[in-house]
Amino acid sequence: MIPEGPRLGGNPSRFRLKATPLITVMLGSMLTALPIIAQSPVLPPVGLLLLLSWRLLRPELWPAWIALPLGFFDDMMSGQPLGSAMCLWTLTMIAIDFSERRLIWRDYWQDWLIAGIAVIFCISGGLWFARLTGGGGTIALVAPQILWSVLLYPFVARQCAWLDRWRIMA
Amino acid sequence: MARPPSRRPGYDRKAQYGLFAGYVVAVSGAAVGLLLIVVAMFDPTGFAAIRSTAGEITRPISATMRQLVSGVGTVDEQIVAYFRAGSQNVGLRRQVDANRTRLIEAAAIEQENLRLKKLLKLVEDEDGEVVAARLISSSSSSSRRMARLNAGKSQGAYAGMPVRAPEGLIGRIQTAGPNTAEVLLLTDSQSIVPVRRAKDNIAAICTGLDDGSLEIRSLNAGNNPFKPGDIMVTSGTGGLYRPNIPVAIIVRVEGDKSIAAPLANPARVEAVIVQRPFEATVTRPAAPAPADEAAPAAPVAP
Repeated sequence: MIPEGPRLGGNPSRFRLKATPLITVMLGSMLTALPIIAQSPVLPPVGLLLLLSWRLLRPELWPAWIALPLGFFDDMMSGQPLGSAMCLWTLTMIAIDFSERRLIWRDYWQDWLIAGIAVIFCISGGLWFARLTGGGGTIALVAPQILWSVLLYPFVARQCAWLDRWRIMA
Repeated sequence: MARPPSRRPGYDRKAQYGLFAGYVVAVSGAAVGLLLIVVAMFDPTGFAAIRSTAGEITRPISATMRQLVSGVGTVDEQIVAYFRAGSQNVGLRRQVDANRTRLIEAAAIEQENLRLKKLLKLVEDEDGEVVAARLISSSSSSSRRMARLNAGKSQGAYAGMPVRAPEGLIGRIQTAGPNTAEVLLLTDSQSIVPVRRAKDNIAAICTGLDDGSLEIRSLNAGNNPFKPGDIMVTSGTGGLYRPNIPVAIIVRVEGDKSIAAPLANPARVEAVIVQRPFEATVTRPAAPAPADEAAPAAPVAP
C-alpha cells in the first residue's frame, strides 16, 4: 500500500495548479477580517507579500494584469479607497517585469530587495491615496508597518515555496 | 540563479502579441484604479455597495472569531494586573471608599437636577438607542481608521448615526450595508467632533490623528486653556452627537493644540450602541408658548 502524499511523476489537477496561488493571495488579503480593532496600521499587507512571493518565485505563473483583480479584492477588504491596491499592485508587477529584463542573475538577496522596494512603494502609495480621499497621517504612521512587512517577506516567501512544492506534486 | 527565460516569447508572433496585450490590460487597469481614486476624492462613500458586499461576506467569520477571542485585546493588561495584584488591591479599596461617598452625592444631585428640570418644564428626550452590536473587524492594514459593525440597515443602523460605548464615544457610521456597517472611528482624521471641557463649558474641536490619539483645539484662538487630565465630553453643537458623551482625556499640551487619548478603546469595549442622530431643537417641546408671549413684547422694547 503506497501512502498518500507528495510523490514524483503524478499529475496535479489543473485547478490546483492555477488556483492555489490565487486563493492564498486572497486569503492573505482577507486577514483584515480577523477581529482586531487596530488603532494604527499594524497588520502587514499579507496579500501583497504573498503576491510578491509568488511572482518572484514563479515568474511564468502570472501575467502582469493578475494584480488588477487581486488588488480589487484587497481594496474591498482593506478599507483603503477603492482602486488603491489595483493601481499600486499592477504598477509593481509591471516594474518587476521590467526589472527582470535588466537583472541577469538573481538570488535570494535581490528578491528581498525587490520585495522591499515594492512594499515601501505600495504602503506609502496607499498612505498617499488615503490622504487624497480624506484621510491623514504622515509617513511616520506607516513606518513600523513598512519595517515589519519587509522583515516578514522572507518568511512569507518560504511558506510560498513550501506551498508551491505541494502544488506541483500530485 | 539565472533569470528564468519565461518572459521572452521568442519568434512566436502569437505569444508576442499576447504579452503585449497583457501589458496594455495592466496599464489601462492601473489607470482605471487611479480614476477610481479620483472619483473617491469627490465622493468618499461612493462605492459603499462594493465595500459592504465584502463586509457581508466576511461577517460570519469575523463575528464568530470575535466571540472566541473577545479577551485577546486585554491579555497584556491582565498579566500586568496579576503582578501588581497586592498593591492594586489596596489602592482600589481606597478608591471604592472614596467613590461610594461621591456616588451618594451624585444621586442627591441627580434628584435635585430632576426636580429643577421639572420646574423648568424641560422634557427629557429619549435615549435614542437604536441597536447594540459588536465591532467585529477593522481596517488594520490601512492608514484609515474604520471598524466594521455587526449590524446594518436591517437592524436600523444607517449612515450618519453616532456610535458609542458605555465608556465613551466610538465614532459614527459612514456607510451601512444590510447586516454590517462601516464605522468611522474617532481617531480617523476625517472625524471631527465638537466637544467641551466637562467641568466648565470651554468649547473645542476634536479631530483624530490616525495613530490612536486625538487633537483638541480650543475654539477661541490664541491661548490654550486645557491642561493634562482634563476630560472632554461632546457638546451637542451642530447636532449628530448627543451632548455629554465622554470623548477623551487630555494627556499632553503642545502649543495651541492638545493631544488627548480617547476614553473608549474600540479594541476593548464589549459592545457598542448605535444612537439616533441628535437634533438640538427637539429637546424643548414647550418652546412655542413662550415665543407667543415674546412676540408682542418685542415691539415695545425700542
